[in-house]
Amino acid sequence: MRLSPSVRPGSGLLLAAFLLAACSSDTPPADSGSGDTAAPAPQPVTVYSARAEQLIQPIFDAYTAATGVPVRYTTDSEQPLIQKLKAEGQTTPADLLLTVDAGNLWYAAEEGVLRPVTSTVLEENIPGYLQDPENQWFALSVRARTIVYDTRAVDPAELEGYAGLADDQWRGRLCLRTSAKVYNQSLVAMLIAELGEERTEEIVRGWVRNLATDVFPNDTKLIEAIEAGQCEVGIVNTYYFGRLQKENPDIPVAIFWPDGEAGGVHVNVSGAGVTRHAPNPEGAIALLEWMSQEEAQRLLGGENMEYPSNPEVAPDPLVAAWGDFTASTRNVAEAGLFQEQAVKLMDRAGYR
Amino acid sequence: MADIGVLAARRPSGARRRAAGGHRGFGIAIGLIALVASAPLLVALSSLFADTGDVWPHLLQYVLPEALGNTLLLASGVALLTMLLGVSLAWFVATCEFPGRRFFNWALLLPMAMPGYVLGFALAAFFEYTGPVQGTWRRLFGDSAPFPDVGAAGASILTLGLVLYPYVYLITRQAFATQGVRALEVAQSCGLSPWRGFRRVALPMARPWIAAGTGLAIMECLADFGTVQLYNYTTFTTAIYRAWYGLFSLNSALQLSLVLVILVLCALLLERRFRGRAQFTAGGRVNPHRLRLSRGRRLAISCYCGAVLFIAFGLPASLIVGWSIDSFAAEFDARYWQFAANSLALASLAAATIGGVALLLAFATRYAPGRVNAALARVATLGYAIPGTVLAVGFFVPVAAASRWLNESPLVSGNGVIALQSGLTVVMLAYLARYLAVAHGPLDSALLRVRSSVEDAARGMGVAGLGLLRRVHLPILKPAIVTALLLVFVDVMKELPITLMTRPFGWDTLAVRVFQLTTEGEWERAALPALAIVLAGLVPVMLLSRRND
Repeated sequence: MRLSPSVRPGSGLLLAAFLLAACSSDTPPADSGSGDTAAPAPQPVTVYSARAEQLIQPIFDAYTAATGVPVRYTTDSEQPLIQKLKAEGQTTPADLLLTVDAGNLWYAAEEGVLRPVTSTVLEENIPGYLQDPENQWFALSVRARTIVYDTRAVDPAELEGYAGLADDQWRGRLCLRTSAKVYNQSLVAMLIAELGEERTEEIVRGWVRNLATDVFPNDTKLIEAIEAGQCEVGIVNTYYFGRLQKENPDIPVAIFWPDGEAGGVHVNVSGAGVTRHAPNPEGAIALLEWMSQEEAQRLLGGENMEYPSNPEVAPDPLVAAWGDFTASTRNVAEAGLFQEQAVKLMDRAGYR
Repeated sequence: MADIGVLAARRPSGARRRAAGGHRGFGIAIGLIALVASAPLLVALSSLFADTGDVWPHLLQYVLPEALGNTLLLASGVALLTMLLGVSLAWFVATCEFPGRRFFNWALLLPMAMPGYVLGFALAAFFEYTGPVQGTWRRLFGDSAPFPDVGAAGASILTLGLVLYPYVYLITRQAFATQGVRALEVAQSCGLSPWRGFRRVALPMARPWIAAGTGLAIMECLADFGTVQLYNYTTFTTAIYRAWYGLFSLNSALQLSLVLVILVLCALLLERRFRGRAQFTAGGRVNPHRLRLSRGRRLAISCYCGAVLFIAFGLPASLIVGWSIDSFAAEFDARYWQFAANSLALASLAAATIGGVALLLAFATRYAPGRVNAALARVATLGYAIPGTVLAVGFFVPVAAASRWLNESPLVSGNGVIALQSGLTVVMLAYLARYLAVAHGPLDSALLRVRSSVEDAARGMGVAGLGLLRRVHLPILKPAIVTALLLVFVDVMKELPITLMTRPFGWDTLAVRVFQLTTEGEWERAALPALAIVLAGLVPVMLLSRRND
């Protein structure tokens, strides 16, 4: 009987907070249909993004500033977003799917949630190996996954490439990130594409033999472990190294670019494709084309210290200072094609 | 009153027969709730006959044996740890007097407000090779000095145990507070020492509450992905993610989720056994008398509570505060108020909705008994053990199918469908599918306390229907209702996959912000929104606990 009076203060506060939130969040999505007195407002573009908000919002803001076209977006992990698009079908509000990792882009195309796009701008700006063979998606930034080493303990002349890390001389000196991360799945998939399954399995088994400690949950922890002396070499995406280098310019860790044997440095991409049932495909293509041009490419690369996918655009100075490398020019879509095989291979080899 | 109760229980009264006939609506309610809450299960069932290629043979050979063993170890370890911590702390706080008791009473709930993966990250940052503890260790004893290593299993059990013990603590404290000392006084008058009285009287009497709390902890730990992933501990959940994200086989992931649900069903049946046929009743009033202990014991208890609170909350919270200060300038902006308002709104709305539905469900199973209804109620609460992302997709698929269908039907305009999708209906229903168990657990075990004889007596005095609810049930259920609301509120504050998938545009929450940052590996920067989640969770914990004391 005493229930209501004694619970009310707490719940009243919460209710007030709720009403506050409900009111304030109702205001921003102003209905574009109501303001038809002046020139018709440009139709907004809706994006589903697996690339984190802080990395895409500056780009969308710049696009809106440049063109007046509003961009609204929602973020989630890539697999739920692809399933969401599939489930929504024709009722989807999304025009563009933006995601990281070529394997995920390949899978989105495979699942039929994207549509082919014919655009001379995109063809000119994005090299062939960084786009879907059927033009369903295009890379927006390139991330290199390469070797880092402890400058106090390793002579870079000792290093060869990804396969070389399987040699006995690295016993107890190697650190790897978990095989659950798609970046490693893509790396192994590309090794399969280049060297065949049998040779790749030998390499992966060699890696596992050489591990100094259990695999790491992320690249940052791995680089910190090298810094702390837990191990001496590892494989990471360069921008994670860049972040730590920005904090501590004297970090005793350096980047090594493998050459030759596995077709060059393994690169992966973040990219986007127009959705199959996009309500505003023209708007989506315009945004995609804009993102392949200089201003956006600088933002896309610079924001996260990645490499631009448009070869005409120079990378951020800090990134350029790591030196030039020969990237593997095998189409990145093969990362998706061989991903399942790669995951099974890693399970067999005991790479957790 | 007790005499009336006994009499009423012995002969099936007219009132009761009327009740059985008049509550057919309850059966329908149970069916509806079960249908909504088990939508993801139905989607998973529909995947049973899907062709998954050679994914299963591969998983069976290389992944599942380890995953299954690890999961059983994790679940039993977490069950043991949460029970140990939860029951002991609840006992001390509810029945003993010691320095700081009033503070510990609510503060011991705080670890619950922290997402498991945040606690895991903070503890790992402190204790791992690159952290300050091992750094100092190596400086003191040399680089090759072995540091005691708890391994991935130990770290996962410890972290999840520390995050989840408040479920047991909160629910069990209620039981002890209202029956512990009184029962103990009887025990003492029969010549039992306080310890034996606890073991032989209070503990057995609190069984359904302990079981309910531990059950929730086990289900939550079975569904956990964030924490075990942090420690690279292969469990059933990581196997599900491997099948889906790595092998691109959503159908295998759904099938694996079904296996997980079957495991949970087995655990629930065990709990039923554990609960047995005993009847549990007690008055709803908190007993003001507490055990008097020697000075040494009082201090020991204070130290114990303080130690648990320090490891589970003080230490990680201070690390998080430190990181938050470091990243505050770069990370904080005006949007944070909106994130916080969205989090609070979703969590309080969900608490109210799910609390209400759970209450309805608990009453419905009481008044419309029978095997079918009991089974349906079980099914309705299974969503809690399904990994969040799988549940989110499993829920979204039928909802999207329904709106596609509505979109094509001439009855509803397209705008109506869009309004439905962009409103909060879908989020709330998905939360319901996941968190019904959390609210139902404490309510169901508390309702066991309301003797049917009491209801009969009240009816005999002319109190019926809503009057009965208001004048008999609610006063007894009040602490349990508060518990249920609090649990759902705190859980939704931390929730991620469902919020990510079903939130309308612009409804980013604090948890979503944590996700944005951690997904790019910026853990230290994610400390600020994580801290905000904890602070926002703190308010209801303090408010409700104080009133509940």
